[in-house]
Amino acid sequence: MADVVVGKDKGGEQRLISLPLSRIRVIMKSSPEVSSINQEALVLTAKATELFVQCLATYSYRHGSGKEKKVLTYSDLANTAQQSETFQFLADILPKKILASKYLKMLKEEKREEDEENDNDNESDHDEADS
Amino acid sequence: MAERPEDLNLPNAVITRIIKEALPDGVNISKEARSAISRAASVFVLYATSCANNFAMKGKRKTLNASDVLSAMEEMEFQRFVTPLKEALEAYRREQKGKKEASEQKKKDKDKKTDSEEQDKSRDEDNDEDEERLEEEEQNEEEEVDN
Repeated sequence: MADVVVGKDKGGEQRLISLPLSRIRVIMKSSPEVSSINQEALVLTAKATELFVQCLATYSYRHGSGKEKKVLTYSDLANTAQQSETFQFLADILPKKILASKYLKMLKEEKREEDEENDNDNESDHDEADS
Repeated sequence: MAERPEDLNLPNAVITRIIKEALPDGVNISKEARSAISRAASVFVLYATSCANNFAMKGKRKTLNASDVLSAMEEMEFQRFVTPLKEALEAYRREQKGKKEASEQKKKDKDKKTDSEEQDKSRDEDNDEDEERLEEEEQNEEEEVDN
């Protein structure tokens, strides 16, 4: 975040908000609970979103594996969502990628585990019958 | 309510510029990373809105206000955003005050030139002008994005 502060000092002419307020309002309104939003809340939410974008990008780059190549990649972001508590709410939309073959193996294992659970259920039924 | 999924997207050009401002010079951001950050930003807006709405409901208010958003930042563990947000809010209020004073000055000039009937008409139109002004602001910002 220090970088951001320095940037602000240098660029005195930066506009207050870069993101379009109308679009932010549409996103906010898509939440069914929300009935109305005053203009200041809208401005603050847009500004917070800009800060969030910078924060997520900076954190992911610093903790990422692409620093030597000067690249920010998807996996850097996915790692951030997995490792940082603050960004945990992004885990579902920034999942780690896995190979298709690994995914299929996982599916098979899950199926096997379900079968075993069924076997256990049968055994317990059998025990009850005995008693 | 948004009618199409694309309505929840934020403009790519703006998101990309914000990302580049945050990173050192010369860093390449993959297309997939840009797309992911844009999606994350939309989710952040929804998450912040939901938290802010909880605070509004506790205060028995139906309209979200600035303090609800600031409280939401603390709830979401983005406390470090609160100071720059308060600064942005002060700047916004100064901006609005400047616009208001400018428009009042125009009205005074206008009143000197017109008779009482036209004054009555301009009073009736006050509310419409306010709404139009807000819409113009939003349109201007969108136009800036298009450039």
